[in-house]
Amino acid sequence: MSLVTDKLVPSPKLEKPVEAPEATDKSRSLIQISNFDFFYGDKQALFDINMDIVEKEVTAFIGPSGCGKSTLLRCINRMNDLIDIARIGGGEISVNGVDIYDERVDTIELRKRVGMVFQKSNPFPKSIYENVVYGLRIQGINRKSVLDETVERCLKGAALWEEVKDRLDTSGLSLSGGQQQRLCIARALAVEPDILLMDEPCSALDPVATAKVEELIHSLKERYTIVIVTHNMQQAARVSDKTAFFYLGKLIEMNATDQIFMSPEKEQTEAYISGRFG
Amino acid sequence: MSNIVAEPLSPEANPLFGKPTKAKQIERYAFWAFRLGTYFILACAAAIFLNIFYKGGQTVFQSQFPFVNVEFLSESPQTLHVFEYEGQSYEMSDSRFRTFKEETGATISSDTYAYSGGGIWPCIVGTVLLVVGAMAIALTLGVLSAIFLSEYSRPGKVLNAVRLSILNLAGVPSIVFGIFGLGMFVLAFGWNVSLIAGWFTLAFMVLPIVISASEESMRAIPQGLRDASLALGASKWTAIRTNVLPYAMPGILTSSIIGVARVAGETAPIMFTAAYALRDQLPWEGLERWYDIFFQGVMALPYHIYVVSAKIPQNEYTSRMQYGTAFVFLFIVAAIALASILLRIRMRKKYRW
Repeated sequence: MSLVTDKLVPSPKLEKPVEAPEATDKSRSLIQISNFDFFYGDKQALFDINMDIVEKEVTAFIGPSGCGKSTLLRCINRMNDLIDIARIGGGEISVNGVDIYDERVDTIELRKRVGMVFQKSNPFPKSIYENVVYGLRIQGINRKSVLDETVERCLKGAALWEEVKDRLDTSGLSLSGGQQQRLCIARALAVEPDILLMDEPCSALDPVATAKVEELIHSLKERYTIVIVTHNMQQAARVSDKTAFFYLGKLIEMNATDQIFMSPEKEQTEAYISGRFG
Repeated sequence: MSNIVAEPLSPEANPLFGKPTKAKQIERYAFWAFRLGTYFILACAAAIFLNIFYKGGQTVFQSQFPFVNVEFLSESPQTLHVFEYEGQSYEMSDSRFRTFKEETGATISSDTYAYSGGGIWPCIVGTVLLVVGAMAIALTLGVLSAIFLSEYSRPGKVLNAVRLSILNLAGVPSIVFGIFGLGMFVLAFGWNVSLIAGWFTLAFMVLPIVISASEESMRAIPQGLRDASLALGASKWTAIRTNVLPYAMPGILTSSIIGVARVAGETAPIMFTAAYALRDQLPWEGLERWYDIFFQGVMALPYHIYVVSAKIPQNEYTSRMQYGTAFVFLFIVAAIALASILLRIRMRKKYRW
C-alpha cells in the first residue's frame, strides 16, 4: 500500500523518487521527526525533537500546558503554516519518507492524508450529511451513490451511525458534545487519511462521551495511525501504545506506554505522572 | 421557654430599608437626563415623519377610488396650469390642459407653475436603478476587498494604514465624492452624465461602510471552521467560499441596509454625475443599442426634491410636490431595507449555529 508518496509530491518533479518501503514490517515508522526546532517569532517552542511514530499504533503526547505537544502535532499536518510568526528553526518531519516541509509538498494533499480532530468540536453549521461529505465535495465528488456510501461508512466508523441515521439532514450542531466530536472524527475519516491527529479530543466531553471516543480510538487503530495529545494521563494510559512526555518544548522521554507509566526512566517523567508537578 | 415575638420595626429603624442618600439622588437625576434625551430624539423623529406623512399623504392618496393618486405615481413631472373656465376653477397638468383645450376649443389663459403637475414616475425608476446598480458594485468590490483584508493580508503597519484610510474615507463629505465622480467618470472616462457614472460614484461613497462591516462579520466567524476545512484538504479560498462567506452574509447584508439608505438619499454625488432635473424619456426608451441604457442620465427622487425645493419659485403647488416626493422616497427606502432584512432572516435560518 503506498500511503503518502504517490500524490504528495508531484512525481515528475522528483529527481530521485522516494521508494516507499513495503508495509510488511508491522512496526514500520510512518512519521519520523529528526532534530526539529520550531519558533513562534523569537520564542523557541520546540527544541531538537527526535521521534519515530509507528504505523497503526496510538501515540500519546503528554505534558503540562505550554510544553509544545500541540505545537508539534500541528506541525505534522502543517496547520502551523497559518500562523504568520511561526517558523521552523531546523530539522525535518517526514511522513512515509517524504520531508513534508519540502517546498514541492502540496499542503492540500498532505492534509488529506494527515487528518486532524480539534480540541473544540467544530462541526460546520450544515446538516450531518453535509458535514461528513464536505471533504469529498471540495474535491468535486458529487455522485450521490458515492456520498451516501461514504456517509454510512464513516458514521459507522465513528460509532455514530445508529444514533443519527434517521436524522442525517438535521444540523450537526443539534448533536450533543460527544456526538459532535465523533461527527468531526467521521468527517476526518471521509477523506481517507492514513494518519489521524487528535488535539485533546475529549477535553470538552463528559466521562460517558469520553469513554465512547476512547473506544472509537481503539477500533480506529486497526486502520489508522493515531497521534493524540491529551492532558489526561489515565486517558493516555488507556488508549495509547506509545507515550511521549514533553516538558518546556523538549521531548523528555518516549517509550511504550506501560514502560512510561510503570517505570519511567527520567525523573521528570516520574514526577509528572505521579502528580508532583504539572 | 416562652416564645419571643419580635416587635415589628418601624421603617426608619429597619436596616434593610434603604435610606435616601446623595448617590441615589444623583442616580435619579442622571436617569431622567438619559430618559429625556431619548424622548427628545423620538419627538424630533416623530415630528419629521408625521409632517411628511401628513402633507405627503395628501398628495399621494385621495378620497375617491382608487384612493392612490395614480397620476402622481405614473407620470412625468409637468407644468401645472391653474385657470378658471365657465365659473369653475381647474388645476391641470400640461398634457391634460392641452386635451381639455382641444375638447372645449376655447382659448383659456392660465397661471402656470413649473414642476407642479404630473407625477414622479421617472424619479422612482431612476432612484431604484441607481440603488440597485450602486449596491451591486459596492457589495462586489467591498466584499472582495474585505476578504483580502480579513483573510489574506498580513497584520502589520500597512494593513493598519489601509484600515485607517478606509475609515477616513467614510468621513469624506458626499459632495467631494460628487466632484470626484465628475472629474473621474464623467470627464476623464468620458461617460458623461450617466447612470454608470452615478453608480460608481455612489458605490465609492458607500464602500467604506460595506468594507468595514463585511470585514467585521467575517472576523466574527469562528477560526475553528476555517481550521476544520483546511484540515480536510480545502485550499484557503475553498475554506473561505464554503465556510466563511455563507455565514458572514447576513452581517454583510445588514451593513448594506445602511448603504442602501445612503445611496438612495444622497443628492450631492449624483448632482454632477447622473441626475437630470427633467428628462421626458424613461431610461429604456429611445435606445439605439442595448448598452446605451448605462450611458444616459436619469431623474432621481432626492435630486427632484432638491430641484423642486430650491431651484424654482416656491408656492403652494410646489410644496405639494415636495412632500409627495419625500413621502414616496421614504416609502421606497423602507421597502428596500425591509427586503434586505427579510433576506437576512432567511439566510440566518438556513445557517443556524
